[in-house]
Amino acid sequence: MKKLNKNFWVGIIAALAFYGVVQVLLTTGIFTDVTRSMLLLIGVNIMLAVSLNLITGITGQFSIGHAGFMSVGAYTSAILTLDYNVPFVPAIIAGGLLAAVFGVLIGMPTLRLNGDYLAIATLGFGEIIRIIMLNTEYVGGASGLSGIPAKTTWTMLFLFTLITVVVINNFIGSTHGRACIAIRENEIAAEAMGINTTRYKIIAFTIGALFAGMAGGLSAHTFYVITPGSFNFLKSFEIIVMVVLGGLGSTAGSIVGAVFVTLLYTYLREFPEWRMIIYSIVLILMMIFRPSGLLGKTKFSLGKFGKKEAKANDAISENSAP
Amino acid sequence: MTQSAKTVLLDVKEASRSFGGLKALSEVSLHIDTGELIGLIGPNGAGKTTLFNLLTGVYPPSTGSIILNNESIGGMKPYKINHKGAARTFQNIRLFTSMTVLENVKIAFHQHARHSLFTSMLRLPKHFKGEDEITQKAMDILKIFDLDEQSEEVASNLSYGNQRRLEIARALAAGPKLLLLDEPAAGMNPNETRDLMNLIAWIRKEFDLTILLIEHDMSLVMGVCDRIYVLDRGMLIANGTPTEIRSNPKVIEAYLGQEA
Ligand SMILES: Nc1ncnc2c1ncn2[C@@H]1O[C@H](COP(=O)(O)OP(=O)(O)OP(=O)(O)O)[C@@H](O)[C@H]1O
Ligand SMILES: [Mg+2]
Repeated sequence: MKKLNKNFWVGIIAALAFYGVVQVLLTTGIFTDVTRSMLLLIGVNIMLAVSLNLITGITGQFSIGHAGFMSVGAYTSAILTLDYNVPFVPAIIAGGLLAAVFGVLIGMPTLRLNGDYLAIATLGFGEIIRIIMLNTEYVGGASGLSGIPAKTTWTMLFLFTLITVVVINNFIGSTHGRACIAIRENEIAAEAMGINTTRYKIIAFTIGALFAGMAGGLSAHTFYVITPGSFNFLKSFEIIVMVVLGGLGSTAGSIVGAVFVTLLYTYLREFPEWRMIIYSIVLILMMIFRPSGLLGKTKFSLGKFGKKEAKANDAISENSAP
Repeated sequence: MTQSAKTVLLDVKEASRSFGGLKALSEVSLHIDTGELIGLIGPNGAGKTTLFNLLTGVYPPSTGSIILNNESIGGMKPYKINHKGAARTFQNIRLFTSMTVLENVKIAFHQHARHSLFTSMLRLPKHFKGEDEITQKAMDILKIFDLDEQSEEVASNLSYGNQRRLEIARALAAGPKLLLLDEPAAGMNPNETRDLMNLIAWIRKEFDLTILLIEHDMSLVMGVCDRIYVLDRGMLIANGTPTEIRSNPKVIEAYLGQEA
């Protein structure tokens, strides 16, 4: 426990130092606007990856609809600041909360589904949100909303990102997070040991959606414009790539994955058609050389425990029912 | 429902379960008094594990009722049945394989945790107190099972015998009144088996447990159980003390029939 606390403070101090250095480089003009928007995008993507990791990496629920939650947060907060003059921070939080409501709503019916079916249902959710926005005149239809005030400062973004990482990590490192990991590890055993698995899946989706929604709002107030197309399933896929690349189940991994993908994204800006190809190649290389992700916790490393695990699986296959 | 001053903890009335056309259990009735250690035996495919699955809510009985501690639990969700006081182990070990030994046991204490989601997310003092409590209790259980020195080991790194013991430790951590053990000695050598049986007898006393034990090894069951139920092809064919069961012609036939 003490060790955990020490790591926590080391992390916080490192993050604050990073913040300070960037802040100085920005104010002195050494960092250009291009670098600045890249940094903001990295923060947004870290929030997205860390929140998806809670759903997919920790709780083991495959979701291809994360951009849908982002979209709800982006549109909500943009409408609030544009049309209702709501101050920036409350608008972002409101966007996150509405996304969280969607997390609960999506959670309840879809969580009876498993594996492929859940993936398809979440994909459907993301697409439904996109099509609703596309056909709603009030939010600009296909051309989306523009003129959103660029209120996302480096300081704001840093704070939101830090809060996301700390809160989600706190959750994971508690009995509640362990309940989610137990669902991923063996749902039947988790349920048999007294874990209300449905409740915890919904909690994971809700918390994940809350932070994805806030990320959406911050992103909308960074880039002036949002269109339904910014939140299509390719964006969801991109978030999955970050999480998988970093190592499913590892918050640190998700952060590294988000940074890596954002850099790729930025440098491939001129060749958008190449992006998906490069993502795919990177994923394939990873499957071959580092199957547990860039930072996959040694704990979850397949190489080390693969043999023992295979044995345990043999035992299970001898009788498919519990 | 008075069974001569004893209290009935588990009362199964004509419970049946079919899978498609297969009748895995037909109208099984049995009862267990508080404090008893009951054996459940029968040839392969007799329906023993299916009965456990009904008792723990993995699936509901097709017909019939299950009463635990004067409350009907037939068709209740597994986690609720666990909260009501029935915990189990699995015939094919189901540990949380990439979690540590300690974390595996901590999961069972989750239901008793008093710190909320929010105190944990904000790391309020109550969170640390609650987590420390869970860690302490989990270590206490691990000590009983001689697993405390391996508490930080990943569960899948344990030997087969220790994985089985960890499953029992985990079930015990949930704080059950009724402990259901599905072939806990399977795959263990005679020494390990003997130690395990002594341990089961000991925790039974120490934790005031009622135990239902599925076991293939006849001599083992005969040695420790107060009473034995015998299942064959989904039907209850005998019920009695070990001596009665040993000489019951139906039981002998069921077991001989299996070998033929
Ligand atoms: N979920 C299921 N779906 C279909 N059939 C099942 C299911 N569970 C069990 N069965 C069938 O029900 C019958 C009883 O199985 P069960 O596992 O209860 O036997 P058992 O007495 O535990 O046997 P063993 O000693 O081999 O463990 C078997 O024929 C089995 O194939
Ligand atoms: Mg069985």
